[in-house]
Amino acid sequence: MSEMPANASKGHIEVRSFSLAYETIEGPVQAVADTQIHVKPGEFVSIVGPSGCGKSTLLNAVAGFLKPTTGMVTVDGERVSGPSAERGMVFQQYSLFPWKTVRENVEFGLKMRGMPRSQRERAARTLLGLAGLEAFEKHYPEKLSGGMKQRVGIVRALATGPKVLLLDEPFGALDAQTRVIMQQILTNMWQRLKISVLFVTHDIDEAIFLSDRVYCMTARPGSIKAEIPIPLERPRQQSMMMSSEFLALRRGLMSLIREESLKAMGGEINDMGMQGLNIELHGHSLADVI
Amino acid sequence: MSSPALVRHPEDSMPATAIATAGPAPVVTPPAPPASFGTLALRWYRLNRAGLRATAIGIISLLAFLLVWHLLTTYRVVFFVRFTNVPSPLAVYASFTKAMHDPKFLMHILLSCRRIFIGFSLAAIIGVPLGLIMGRFKLVHEIIFPVAEVLRPIPAIAWVPMAIMLWPTNEQSIVFITFLGSFFPILVNTLHGMSLVDPVLVRAAQCLGARERSIFREVYFPASLPHIFTGLTVGMGVAWVSLIAAEMISGQYGIGYFTWEAYSLVQYADIALGMIAIGVLGLGSSLLIRGAGQLVMPWRST
Ligand SMILES: Nc1ncnc2c1ncn2[C@@H]1O[C@H](COP(=O)(O)OP(=O)(O)OP(=O)(O)O)[C@@H](O)[C@H]1O
Ligand SMILES: [Mg+2]
Repeated sequence: MSEMPANASKGHIEVRSFSLAYETIEGPVQAVADTQIHVKPGEFVSIVGPSGCGKSTLLNAVAGFLKPTTGMVTVDGERVSGPSAERGMVFQQYSLFPWKTVRENVEFGLKMRGMPRSQRERAARTLLGLAGLEAFEKHYPEKLSGGMKQRVGIVRALATGPKVLLLDEPFGALDAQTRVIMQQILTNMWQRLKISVLFVTHDIDEAIFLSDRVYCMTARPGSIKAEIPIPLERPRQQSMMMSSEFLALRRGLMSLIREESLKAMGGEINDMGMQGLNIELHGHSLADVI
Repeated sequence: MSSPALVRHPEDSMPATAIATAGPAPVVTPPAPPASFGTLALRWYRLNRAGLRATAIGIISLLAFLLVWHLLTTYRVVFFVRFTNVPSPLAVYASFTKAMHDPKFLMHILLSCRRIFIGFSLAAIIGVPLGLIMGRFKLVHEIIFPVAEVLRPIPAIAWVPMAIMLWPTNEQSIVFITFLGSFFPILVNTLHGMSLVDPVLVRAAQCLGARERSIFREVYFPASLPHIFTGLTVGMGVAWVSLIAAEMISGQYGIGYFTWEAYSLVQYADIALGMIAIGVLGLGSSLLIRGAGQLVMPWRST
């Protein structure tokens, strides 16, 4: 893509001795504890973990929406102190501006940067064309399907040429078919732009299929339980998901997550005082049920 | 994506298998042949059937209302309420045709409209920005909100004596009461709209490089517009209520005064005429606001 500044060798994310606690009435809630992660320039890295383990918290800190309690987040050696157009973000909830058309949404970042109207219109059209959305440029987001909304969201985040792209379960609300297509589109864009991606998901197949590396987090307070390199060759194809290599990775990750999910759920069930009901909830029997 | 036919991939780097799993091959629909006038009319009828039905029933129900009115007044029904002195629709129509040629009647209407226009515009010009600023800056909210909460429950009519003392002319005090009536609904709804702005949209704007001022203009304001227009619609209704009350109490002109005067002068047909004129003017002004809302918020009209 010629319009895009080449970001090769840029977009090095580093999160060091990071922890984050939310202040609440009942005192601080430790969401993430003692975490180190990094994303090399141009790398695609996913974070998986049980629900509530602090994945979004970590991602929001990288985006600059949350301040770490201890430790720090840097991008290319610069400390992250607030949100910026250098770090594009795609949210799980559709976050297109309902009062702007598809093209105006994509133009937004360029407008904020002060690019003249005709120029940013042309840039937005090109980008929409690459995502197969040029026919919808004048539509308002309300009329789009979920998959199209997220595609526009990704294009909008990429329009300003950020160094890194952060995605928080972007395909969580989509059906399986659409999800597969979106994964392909995201892979294509990532390969063309050579941008660093930090991707949060709870879908293990998705994480393996997309990533160069996967971090697996522990139950809350979240920290890194394991780091799994994904040596599958690229370009990857859907058929790979049946290969023994893929399935082996999947089994490994699955057991890691299951352990943590059980811990998380066991904790919650204890919190609710379920023992009083005299139900035997040993790890084993619960695991068998799930 | 609801239909696989909408998925297009100009990039050839996409593996064919991915497309194969995406669903059946896109269905190509042949261009429709040009339709004759008859089929077009039929299609229009099918698409607008619900609307036509509502219009037809609406007209019938209005005619039935007139008929009942006519019967009740011709036979001077007395059944708990007394229709003895109530004017018949025909009498009201007669006084309407007479009034249309009477410059005084038109002046009453024009004066009322002018008061509404000034009072309501002032309320909107002050209420909307104040609501936006209160919604965004906590300190302003904390300072102004308690005062607004104390003044808000006072009906505009209760302000009439105070308004007469405050303002040197009658005209000004009536406009002031109209202003007060519409001000609070506008302010409260704008505030409400601000409090409902989706924080994810604010975050999205922030990581696209938007600063405070742009976020205000590009996110908070458009996101609150639907509620602002709710406030304007409600405010317009209350403006008319307040205006008519003020005119009846202290006016010398205006449609509210006209209606009250008709009662003192025992011109019963004019009472009904004044009432109907107020209803039509109120309806017209709220239609104007709705139209303006659709112009300003094209993304909301389907
Ligand atoms: N504003 C907040 N105040 C207090 N606690 C919070 C707040 N936000 C999140 N938490 C808690 O911190 C923990 C981590 O939340 P976070 O949203 O990061 O988890 P997550 O891994 O993204 O979960 P999910 O998979 O459900 O999206 C959760 O247990 C949550 O209850
Ligand atoms: Mg989350």
